[in-house]
Amino acid sequence: MPDGIAGPPATAEDARIEAAVRAVLDSMAGDLSATEAALLAELEGLGRTVARAKQEIASLRVDDITKSHIPSATDELDAIVGHTAQATNEILDCCEVLEAVAAKVGGEEATKLGDAVTRIYEACSFQDITGQRIGKVVQALKAIEERVAAVTSRFAGEAPPPPFAKAAPVTPQTEGRRLAGGPQLPGAGVSQADIDRLLADFD
Amino acid sequence: MDKSTNVLIVDDYKTMLRIIRNLLKQLDIENVEEATDGQEALAKLRAGNFGLVISDWNMAPMTGLDLLKEVRADARLKSTPFIMITAESKTENVVAAKQAGVSNYIVKPFNAETLREKIEKVMVHA
Repeated sequence: MPDGIAGPPATAEDARIEAAVRAVLDSMAGDLSATEAALLAELEGLGRTVARAKQEIASLRVDDITKSHIPSATDELDAIVGHTAQATNEILDCCEVLEAVAAKVGGEEATKLGDAVTRIYEACSFQDITGQRIGKVVQALKAIEERVAAVTSRFAGEAPPPPFAKAAPVTPQTEGRRLAGGPQLPGAGVSQADIDRLLADFD
Repeated sequence: MDKSTNVLIVDDYKTMLRIIRNLLKQLDIENVEEATDGQEALAKLRAGNFGLVISDWNMAPMTGLDLLKEVRADARLKSTPFIMITAESKTENVVAAKQAGVSNYIVKPFNAETLREKIEKVMVHA
């Protein structure tokens, strides 16, 4: 039979591939051209490569991914949201103190303080945007987790795992929910000026 | 605008509610109530007397767009000015909101001047 690709020790899968190739060769005894022999060699090599890949995927420690790595990553991300929310609220506490001081100071100094506080309020809205972005990342990680588990179980010859429990939908898929995609990447969404022009076109 | 107008602000991020409330206070608008999703907001709107709604979009279980549609379908609430403040910045979102009857649309992150300008604009037409 044609030489196959040198690889690791033969397995049941290798034996099955070899037997299949041998059966083809036997049925074509005497009629095999050089091209056909080369093609068969390639097919055998491909078969062995696919078999090895299946074994490697099946031997991946998927439990590490689905039970440790991804939950740990999502917990860390949740903690980031929690810490930034806490820090933002402390900043807002300070702003409210400054506003109270400004009211007592009065005059130009109060105006300066008020303007500075307004800018801090505007900047603090970052917490909402980052929270929504992190939420999107968590959803992506959960989708990866589900697909990794499905692929590895399939190659391991196991029944595919049941779909991950999803929160029961409390409302139908409305237009509002369908269009709720969260913040766009910089440059991907429309600006406030674009929105103003768009709304003006309706009027 | 009449500074005594009752304003309902709706957002699922408590921090955002606090920021908007404080920015409204700087505009001398102090009659402010809060809700954290569309359903809670709708219940408050039906039970109260509000002259302006400022709502986020992405909330559960009821989104801001769905709240807007409910408001516009309610005979008593349908003419209430409704400003959407949201991170949803795709054209199709803006168009959907406009078609549903939004009074104005502010994309996050926003500044205080934009908020003041939009409030004054919608209250003039109220």
